[in-house]
Amino acid sequence: MTSWPILSVVTFLPIVGAIFIAFLRDDEDGARNARWIALWTTLITFAISLILVWRFDASSADFQFLEKRPWLGGAINYSMGVDGISLPFVILTTALMPISILASWTSIQTRVRSYMIAFLVLETLMVGTFCALDLVLFYVFFEGGLIPMFLIIGVWGGPRRVYASFKFFLYTLLGSVLMLLAIMAMYWQAGTTDIPTLLHHAFPRNLQTWAWFAFLASFAVKMPMWPVHTWLPDAHVEAPTAGSVILAAILLKMGGYGFLRFSLPMFPQASLDLAPLIYALSVVAIIYTSLVALVQEDVKKLIAYSSVAHMGFVTMGLFAMTTQGVAGGIFQMISHGIVSAALFLCVGVIYDRMHTREIAAYGGLVYRMPLYAFAFMVFTLANVGLPGTSGFVGEFLTLLGTFRVNNWVATLATIGTILSAAYALWLYRRAIFGKLQKPSLFNIRDIGWREMAILAPLVALTLLFGVYPKPVLDMSAVSVTQLIDNFQHAVSSVQQAAVAR
Amino acid sequence: MAPLSLLFLTPLLPEIILGLGAMALLMLGVYRGERPVVLIDALSIALLVIAGVAVILLPPGKLVTLGGSFIVDDFARFLKILALAGSAAAILMSIDYDRREKQERFEYSVLILLSTLGMMMLISAADLIALYLGLELMSLPLYVVAASHRNSLRSTEAGLKYFVLGALSSGMLLYGASLVYGFTGTVSFIGIAHSAAEGGTGLIFGLVFLFAGFCFKVSAVPFHMWTPDVYEGAPTPVTAFFAAAPKVAGIAMFVRASVMAFPGITTQWQEIVAFVSIASMLLGSFAAIGQRNIKRLMAYSSIGHVGFALIGLAAGTSEGVQGVLIYMTIYVTMTLGVFAVILSMRRDGGMVESIDQLAGLARTHPGMAFLMAMLLFSMAGIPPLAGFFAKFYVFLAAIKAGLYVLAVIGVLASVVGTYYYLSIVKTMYFDEPAEGFYSMPVELKVVLGVCALFNILFFVYPGPLVGVASAAALSLF
Repeated sequence: MTSWPILSVVTFLPIVGAIFIAFLRDDEDGARNARWIALWTTLITFAISLILVWRFDASSADFQFLEKRPWLGGAINYSMGVDGISLPFVILTTALMPISILASWTSIQTRVRSYMIAFLVLETLMVGTFCALDLVLFYVFFEGGLIPMFLIIGVWGGPRRVYASFKFFLYTLLGSVLMLLAIMAMYWQAGTTDIPTLLHHAFPRNLQTWAWFAFLASFAVKMPMWPVHTWLPDAHVEAPTAGSVILAAILLKMGGYGFLRFSLPMFPQASLDLAPLIYALSVVAIIYTSLVALVQEDVKKLIAYSSVAHMGFVTMGLFAMTTQGVAGGIFQMISHGIVSAALFLCVGVIYDRMHTREIAAYGGLVYRMPLYAFAFMVFTLANVGLPGTSGFVGEFLTLLGTFRVNNWVATLATIGTILSAAYALWLYRRAIFGKLQKPSLFNIRDIGWREMAILAPLVALTLLFGVYPKPVLDMSAVSVTQLIDNFQHAVSSVQQAAVAR
Repeated sequence: MAPLSLLFLTPLLPEIILGLGAMALLMLGVYRGERPVVLIDALSIALLVIAGVAVILLPPGKLVTLGGSFIVDDFARFLKILALAGSAAAILMSIDYDRREKQERFEYSVLILLSTLGMMMLISAADLIALYLGLELMSLPLYVVAASHRNSLRSTEAGLKYFVLGALSSGMLLYGASLVYGFTGTVSFIGIAHSAAEGGTGLIFGLVFLFAGFCFKVSAVPFHMWTPDVYEGAPTPVTAFFAAAPKVAGIAMFVRASVMAFPGITTQWQEIVAFVSIASMLLGSFAAIGQRNIKRLMAYSSIGHVGFALIGLAAGTSEGVQGVLIYMTIYVTMTLGVFAVILSMRRDGGMVESIDQLAGLARTHPGMAFLMAMLLFSMAGIPPLAGFFAKFYVFLAAIKAGLYVLAVIGVLASVVGTYYYLSIVKTMYFDEPAEGFYSMPVELKVVLGVCALFNILFFVYPGPLVGVASAAALSLF
């Protein structure tokens, strides 16, 4: 066991960086130093989080690197720990943060210090969400992330930023407050908010259903699931590039993580009963939002809708409650974290040059930007789910896992993958291929060193996980198996009791 | 008479200090004219601090005196410290304002001291007569300070309106008290609890009138109508005072009277409190949306906050009272912090009160804007700020008591309320900057800094406040 609180260090180190930045002067030098401090802070955080991977014992389903301190009195403690389900998300977060900082290097020119502070605080809150082992602590981190994201969208966003930021904030808050009440009901029922204890607590049937819906309200908005996804396109379009990256890659994953951590293990009976509802919403999300993506004129909006469709695969796989489905759901989330982040970064690259996101404003970019065209190609194909890219593994596993439980759902979802190929390839054709006709594009530059440094690791990871998904799958395998075992056990014991009666 | 017999005054020591001190300062002001105003302000604050120390130094445990009508328990100690702190901050925040507006009058501090004395009496009152005495001693100076801008039409209107409606509510309260006395034959809370074990129509009637008076004092719906006008019309430091300390005392009497005098008919008054709470939260949230004047907005915001605090009382348990105490503590810090900002909205030689004037504050005064934004997020109840924990504890109690409808309406109202707090943040952060304000006086900086840091850092070490509030709540049951 480690003697130092490594999870707290990873979580709160970015805040330390933010405090440093707060003391910088408000001028050109201050802005430059703020960028460097933010970059180094996130890099060091990432390095420390790699120690977690190194020391993590993947053969155990227990929570590791535990920390526990009294906090709110009563049975509510400051309690941190990770297992195979949360660790991949922690790493995803810490890995994408330096990339986001780099992506904002030149595109953010106003109020740089505040921007970097907001991002570092956001990192703390996101990592904390995945590490928290107490429901109240989880909620504090989960909701706290709204404040910096609200400011990021509202201060550095596009023309309709005020509308988008308000919609983002209020939508998410509305979903979450009901979850808070469910957390309180669970506290009085079980006498604790300690997550490892609650994972083995058998809640009464009635409470399970209500609490399940309350948690659904929160996670469905966050995920987002159809029909509460409408905040996402607005938020994505108006947010600055790095904001979209974090939103798509990490904030959306909190919803899926929530389902895995709370809804499925704590309310197994309700999850089993209500899985058809989730299937229905997932299938609608996959097909309907893919169709909506087809008609988008704005690149970011198209990617935003495709995110909703991809998250549909995740919810479908998770609620299938088969090994492949759940493992596929986790993998799909990690893969989508990489791919959608990369796609938004790609949009950022051309947006920085042309200051428009209209698909029609581009065309023939391949002649002027071959390197960019290659990177964009890799991510587009990963988004489609072409074998050999990480997108394929996730979609395939979720479909496989779901097929064993429900053929119809899996079949309909497969149709969605065809639609995703349609919108993604069509986007690629319109923006990258075709004739280079627009005079404004004649002098566009290809990606530079900084942009290459951002995109290259993502290209590498996309291809690596496409042919060798083992690192992610192995990390979570034992935890997933235990999750499913507990689930089956809980469900079958209730059934036996019903039969005995 | 043996000198020992004066020992029965020991629990009253803080009140005696405050009362004698206030009269001495009045004399000082009368004989020295208007010159030593700052000295009197400083001495008043010192007096409040000394009274606070005296409250802490009183022997521990439950002290009862004056024939059982005055009680000092942990509940009273907690709220007295809070009320004293609120009053001290209000005096501190008035210094710069009075100097700039040429309103330097020594009576202001003295009136606040006398009003605070009333609050302390009210917080410790254990029978209906002591309660009424405390209430009137608290209220009369409030009417006067509301009208303290003698040449301002709005200020005198506010004072008059407050006085007339306040007198009406006192009348209702007295009528309720007389009914309760008539049906139980006693005025002491313990006695009422004893003989009102099973309730009865007449007693409920008295209870309703009593509660009407309480609701007026804490500005809960449907007796809230005076609040926006008085908040807007009164001089701003006076509004800051109204929003903090008297609310604490009002909530204190509401809680003590309900819990101590009517434990036998809890289910009956629970319904009334739950209704009042829901109505206050909803009105506070929805009516604030359209406001353009920040003082009026704070009035509706305070109505909403009282609604949230009353959720804890509606639960009727010690957890609920603990929630109320935590809520009021955090509410006072949030309110004082925000008013420190409102008091520094000053440009072109005068105060401005419109929310639009805050536009672009993040550019012109980044530090102030940041602290204000944190206070507003805290008021909205967004974690990890203190306001979240305030709401957390009252809702926790409501869920335990099985008040699910109240809790669901409450959290939804809090989301609606978030909208107008966000609008202010939006004005400060997203809009193009207006002209900057004059630089902030030191004492306002101190108040803002302390309040905002308390709200930001509360989550790091919440244990002490939660523990003390828990002990204070248990002393009532």
